[in-house]
Amino acid sequence: MASIFDTIFYILIFFSVYAQVFFLVTFLENRKRIVIRKGKIALAHYPAVTITVPCWNEEKTVYKTVRSLLDLNYPKDKLKIFLVDDGSTDGTKNAISKFAHYPNIKVFHKENGGKYTALNLGLQNSDTEFFGCLDADSFADTESLGRIISYFAKDPSTMAVAPSVTVCNFKNIVQSAQKAEYHMGVYLKKMLGFMGAINVTPGPLTIFRRKVFDDLGPYRHGHNTEDMEIAYRMQKNDYKIEHCNDAYVYTNTPSSLRKLYKQRLRWGYGFINNTIDYREILFKKKYGNFALFTLPTGLVSITAVSYLFGRIMYEAGQFLYHKIITLKTVGFQFSTQMPSFDFFFFSTHPSLFLLIFIYCLVIFAIIFGRRMAEGKWFLSLNMIYFFVIFRVMAPLWFLQALYNTVIKRRPSWR
Amino acid sequence: MNEKIDWKKYLIVFLITVGLFVTASYISNYFSERKINQIKSIQDEIAINILSSETQFSLLSELSCKNVSGSLLSGELDELGHKLEWSQNNLGGAEEVSYLKKYYSLLQIKDYLLMKRISQSCKVKSAFILYFYTTAENCSECERESLVLGSLRDKYPELRVYSFDYSIDLSAVKAMLQIYKIKDTELPALILDDELLTGFHSIEELESRVKESFKLQEAKPETSTKTSL
Repeated sequence: MASIFDTIFYILIFFSVYAQVFFLVTFLENRKRIVIRKGKIALAHYPAVTITVPCWNEEKTVYKTVRSLLDLNYPKDKLKIFLVDDGSTDGTKNAISKFAHYPNIKVFHKENGGKYTALNLGLQNSDTEFFGCLDADSFADTESLGRIISYFAKDPSTMAVAPSVTVCNFKNIVQSAQKAEYHMGVYLKKMLGFMGAINVTPGPLTIFRRKVFDDLGPYRHGHNTEDMEIAYRMQKNDYKIEHCNDAYVYTNTPSSLRKLYKQRLRWGYGFINNTIDYREILFKKKYGNFALFTLPTGLVSITAVSYLFGRIMYEAGQFLYHKIITLKTVGFQFSTQMPSFDFFFFSTHPSLFLLIFIYCLVIFAIIFGRRMAEGKWFLSLNMIYFFVIFRVMAPLWFLQALYNTVIKRRPSWR
Repeated sequence: MNEKIDWKKYLIVFLITVGLFVTASYISNYFSERKINQIKSIQDEIAINILSSETQFSLLSELSCKNVSGSLLSGELDELGHKLEWSQNNLGGAEEVSYLKKYYSLLQIKDYLLMKRISQSCKVKSAFILYFYTTAENCSECERESLVLGSLRDKYPELRVYSFDYSIDLSAVKAMLQIYKIKDTELPALILDDELLTGFHSIEELESRVKESFKLQEAKPETSTKTSL
């Protein structure tokens, strides 16, 4: 039996190493194409853009969100802002009504129907060439929109551009851990962008050509991850998604483990179920790296993380069992001697070296992501928080997402 | 984008990954090898110690006990035992480890015989337990018995425990199994003062037996001729 488990373990490690090396090779291939612009940007042509802010009980953050849009370095007459109150039960309605007098802002109130319905309302009322969303818990950097639009100007075949999303507030360890994770996300998204294999067009300020919705239809429920579903649909139809690494959007992150767990459960569930919905494209070469790399890598990650967790739990159980047997057999023994450290008993399995390698590349991803997001080459404690919190929590939300998928229970938004 | 897939890249990444696996197992082998060598050198050292003590004892046996008794350290044998057990569970190269284990068993027997002679001639307070266990099948009682013996050994430094794998392919061990008539259905088995104890024995029971053994020794006249295997 042990050998079967070991074989599975090594297969999973193989694919994990493969994915990390793939990202590294992509980085080495394209490193010169990563441009980080500083300062203001001027475009030759400013196309009209509609940005919809769907709000559901966001009274605390929506003001800042809208302010950040008003402060964008983009001609006011070219930027339409739609604020959609999706049946909020708190003070959101009042908060957004204050902006109604701005000439380029339109406020909508509707019954609660979910984020995708709020976005579709915006979509119905917009007539601009470009359409985007900004979650009401996120804030756009003043240069972000201009930089994103510059990507469309550069390549007419680009159909959507996702920004670099980073964490705006990190008051506690849970948020600091996410900061490191978002930095890694910036790096990975850029690499996926180079491969033409991005699988999420995040709610915070991804901008689409209007054509995408005209051709492929409006937003769908997408298992509460409509920003993932639309990306899958675009990939299926060969619509190019780019990542603009120097367009920064800052997002509010869950402040407690419980909230983080709920958010990630929703994401994990969304990934599994959207992948199931689009299973026919898996491993089909005509859908490119998205079908051959992104989706399989995601599936392997979920399996590997969950498997490793199971293995660690099994070993912890064994250890505990052994301790209990010892206690029962010889009683509690207080040893005055310090246990002597001997390198001999240090594990030197090949898997150990491979795991170290994987971790090194993850650290590289975080560091380089940070460099792309903040322009700094620094190590920080956030990384340690990230490793600890995500190591323990990720398997739990993945396993629950799998479980929920099996019993068909949809996770709630918050 | 989707229309072109860079198969060459997929292949190169595959080769790099394979290369990393090969490197990782090479590094791992290198460390395993070093560990095996460490075990070998400890064994050699113990072998020399035993041989030298034997020789010393033969030379001086009738004259003096002063220098002999302290020269053997059961701690070294214990450490070696732990390392071998760990290696058996964690390292590849099972053949090499099992070869080393045979050597270890042999060293234990030699140590046992020598120490028994020394303790008789020089009246050193000591007790000996020969312990037979099995790794061939799942023997939870063996595990518990090992814990009991380890704990006793910590408590009584004069107690020497020699453990033997029942299924080891070594004639010297087989001879002992024959002498004490130990069957594989009765494991774990202990020999204390030439008495065979089979099955699990609690720490309290063994402790009282060990104490008994110490007492017995003190009471015995010097000329006692206890068989030494």
